[in-house]
Amino acid sequence: MQKKISTLQYIKRYLKRCITGPWSLICGLSVTLKYFFNPKRIVTEQYPENRKTLKMHERFRGRLEMIEDEEGNNHCTACGMCERACPNASINVLATKNIAGKKVLGRYVYHFASCTQCGLCVEACPFGAIQMSPAFEVATTDPNDLEMILNKKEGQG
Amino acid sequence: MSHQLPPGFRLERKSNTEEFFINMGPQHPSTHGALRLTLRMDGETIVELVPHFGYIHRGMEKQAESMSYLQYIAMSDRQDYLTAIQNNLGVVIALEKGMNVGVPLRGEYIRVMLQELGRIASHLVFYGCFGGDLGGQTCLLFGFKEREMIHDMLEEVTGSRLTTNFFRPGGSRYDVPDTFIPRVKAFLDHMEDTMKDYERFLSKNIIVLERSIGIGVLSKEDAIAYGCSGPVLRASGVNFDVRRANPYSIYDQFDFDVPVFHNGDCYDRYQIRIAEIHQSLKILRQCVEKFPEGPWRSKEKPVRLPVGRYYSEIETAKGLYATYVVAATTGEKPYRIHTRGPSFPHIAALNKMVQGHKISDLVTIMATLDPVIPEIDR
Amino acid sequence: MFVPSVTHPIGDFVRDLVPRVAEYLPASIQSDALNSVIAFLINAVICIIAVCIVNIGSAPILIYMERKVCAHVQCRLGPMRLGWHGTIQTIADVIKMLFKEVYAPSGADKLMFYLAPLIVLIAPFIVCALIPFDKNLVVADVSMGIPLIIAVNGFGVLGILLGGWSSNNKYSLLGALRSGAQMISYEISFAMILLFVVMISGSTNLMSITMGQEGTIFDWWIFKIPVLGFIAFILFFISSTAEMNRAPFDIAEAEQELTGGYHTEYNGTPFAMFYLAEYIALITNSALATTCFLGGFFPPCIGIDAVDNVLKMVPGVVWFFAKIYFMVWCYMMVRWTFVRPRVDQLMDFEWKFLLPVNLVLLIAGAAFIAIGL
Repeated sequence: MQKKISTLQYIKRYLKRCITGPWSLICGLSVTLKYFFNPKRIVTEQYPENRKTLKMHERFRGRLEMIEDEEGNNHCTACGMCERACPNASINVLATKNIAGKKVLGRYVYHFASCTQCGLCVEACPFGAIQMSPAFEVATTDPNDLEMILNKKEGQG
Repeated sequence: MSHQLPPGFRLERKSNTEEFFINMGPQHPSTHGALRLTLRMDGETIVELVPHFGYIHRGMEKQAESMSYLQYIAMSDRQDYLTAIQNNLGVVIALEKGMNVGVPLRGEYIRVMLQELGRIASHLVFYGCFGGDLGGQTCLLFGFKEREMIHDMLEEVTGSRLTTNFFRPGGSRYDVPDTFIPRVKAFLDHMEDTMKDYERFLSKNIIVLERSIGIGVLSKEDAIAYGCSGPVLRASGVNFDVRRANPYSIYDQFDFDVPVFHNGDCYDRYQIRIAEIHQSLKILRQCVEKFPEGPWRSKEKPVRLPVGRYYSEIETAKGLYATYVVAATTGEKPYRIHTRGPSFPHIAALNKMVQGHKISDLVTIMATLDPVIPEIDR
Repeated sequence: MFVPSVTHPIGDFVRDLVPRVAEYLPASIQSDALNSVIAFLINAVICIIAVCIVNIGSAPILIYMERKVCAHVQCRLGPMRLGWHGTIQTIADVIKMLFKEVYAPSGADKLMFYLAPLIVLIAPFIVCALIPFDKNLVVADVSMGIPLIIAVNGFGVLGILLGGWSSNNKYSLLGALRSGAQMISYEISFAMILLFVVMISGSTNLMSITMGQEGTIFDWWIFKIPVLGFIAFILFFISSTAEMNRAPFDIAEAEQELTGGYHTEYNGTPFAMFYLAEYIALITNSALATTCFLGGFFPPCIGIDAVDNVLKMVPGVVWFFAKIYFMVWCYMMVRWTFVRPRVDQLMDFEWKFLLPVNLVLLIAGAAFIAIGL
């Protein structure tokens, strides 16, 4: 691993290192001192205190949600494309028949615990009925909270 | 010395000194993932090393047999998670060969820009882990601080910081928003200043030089024999970069150098990645100047591959990442997808590199090989 | 310690207290010898309390300072939640650590395992007792202060070796052996720099070393000898960092390689004692550096009367602590900047670089004094 060098070369290398060594260490210290005395460079965000001004990007893939207005009207026709697109079966579309005999959405069961937030369901939906919301504060202590039903009203369409 | 030898050891009975086994187990601060290394040591010197994988095996290739192609793209993020965006491209290029679709120019520019951003992100993790494993924990924070800017950009474009799931056959899932190009320009300026600081911090530091020059030498023949690729191969003197040897996307239209070093030791592997960051910044500058208007995706078709075998290889930050898709029926699901990750040969070559060195050198060598264990285990 | 002729608030307090305590004891044993014994005991209690306050009271401050310095070097904030800007954080951490379960791993040598942290604490306390904090604030004003300090530093090595050996863990053993080799080597360098200080100041008593720096800032030993003083200071800095097992010389507890080294198997109060020993050693070594090189408790007077009078109004103790904390800040900045050399490179550095430089420094110092100070 170490080849033999002559004494003169050793001495020359030793003396050269006496100069370059400490100089390189001083260069390293200069970077650290520059960052220490420069509080403008601090990148930490104080999280719960800055919630009011915190805004996620609009494409952020948080939780899945169904686009509904106040009365609960949505665009879902229970076609099941999202259920087939999901890589790990986090969606169950339970269809029912309405009074006219047409197939409509009964319950849209969403297993948030196993969802990987990949967004393939949103991409697969031909009607634009679902979207990924920017909600990221979704931690909970009760696992039953994670089995969600996304549509408000059953049996409409 | 226990009589239960860990598997894979061939113990010679001739030496008088007592050798002992140390286990750098799956939980260790500096093995880059869940990797178990069993070391046979003579004092502080390592005589032999046997790595054991499989701690993070998730059965991705088996799962791929029952998933559609699009779902596999979402899963490929989780292989080399430090540059998920590059893994997506590897799979998508293989699918495009099967579906025989092209990508419009703007789509290709988006691809190149995101690829280079991913490459810089991965090399920043390398910088952080290199300094951090050597003992200067400040470096770890420095590397990740700049990576946050890249994550922000990726989140704005793809919707997620890490598991991007962005590229599709024919282009990408969305177009880039209007704020993307200004952000990239600001990032480029910031990065060039910061890289000067970071290089001054580590590159000529005498302790770093002492600890990495001459350590872990991988000769040219060994590198080729083990199948190493990427920065590890180029640091040993072989001028092979998939972007030049087998160009994909529009890399042949950009002017960039491929840095090659000849000593094959740890310091060269460090220098080559710093040089690659600079080259990526150069490519990004050219992209930002020439960014075209137009469609970002060719016409959206259902992802169905005809019967056949399709292979693509790309140059990720770690090395040569290849995807091999076997479609036995024309349909939405493959028969088999195999991924060739670049970190497996590097870990295989670790035994050769580490003989006769000490534990501290093992940590340095692992840091410069920059493996990602989930990519090996899948 | 009990010097009847010096008037000082603490001395007067003790002198008042002695006869009052003596009254409580039976009349038959009243004598001068009894008064001396009582005075000795009262002095001892006061000294122990003082040393403990200085050391154990500074440890939380130092831990907080380390976290804040570390954070600002890394462009982040550090503890901010508990207390104003995180000032109570250390107390919370200390309480948490003291409540943890204490156990020894199976197969460990229990006596040595629990004794090791106690031994490591001995040296810093003894050294702290020798250092003059102000003209009349020194616990033990012995005439052979410097050799005693050099002698006592060996306890640190002993504690670490015992801790590593008795843990029944290969990583701990490796850490302990590395540390033993390192500390023994760097003690030589440490001793030689202190020898240089003895040579230029002419005495081994720490009080006289400090008194030799009376005057302006240019009378401090670091500046009085033109270039050699500064070089000696840097070498002292390096040797003491190695003596304290602090980064960049912390191969004994190198987290990335050995997951903890000699203190891998410790938790709860014994671990807190190792941790405390490191910070107390930091204070003590900074105090030693201040005494030997930075003028001890003298203010940095410049020679202009107006400014000097203002500076002299601040008591010497305050200047001493200010200088100690400045040195501590320097140690911390060095810790968070540099990477760690490998074990054999560390030894090379000591034996092939520091030792020859120290010898050259001694010869140059002797020549300087011979030619004419």
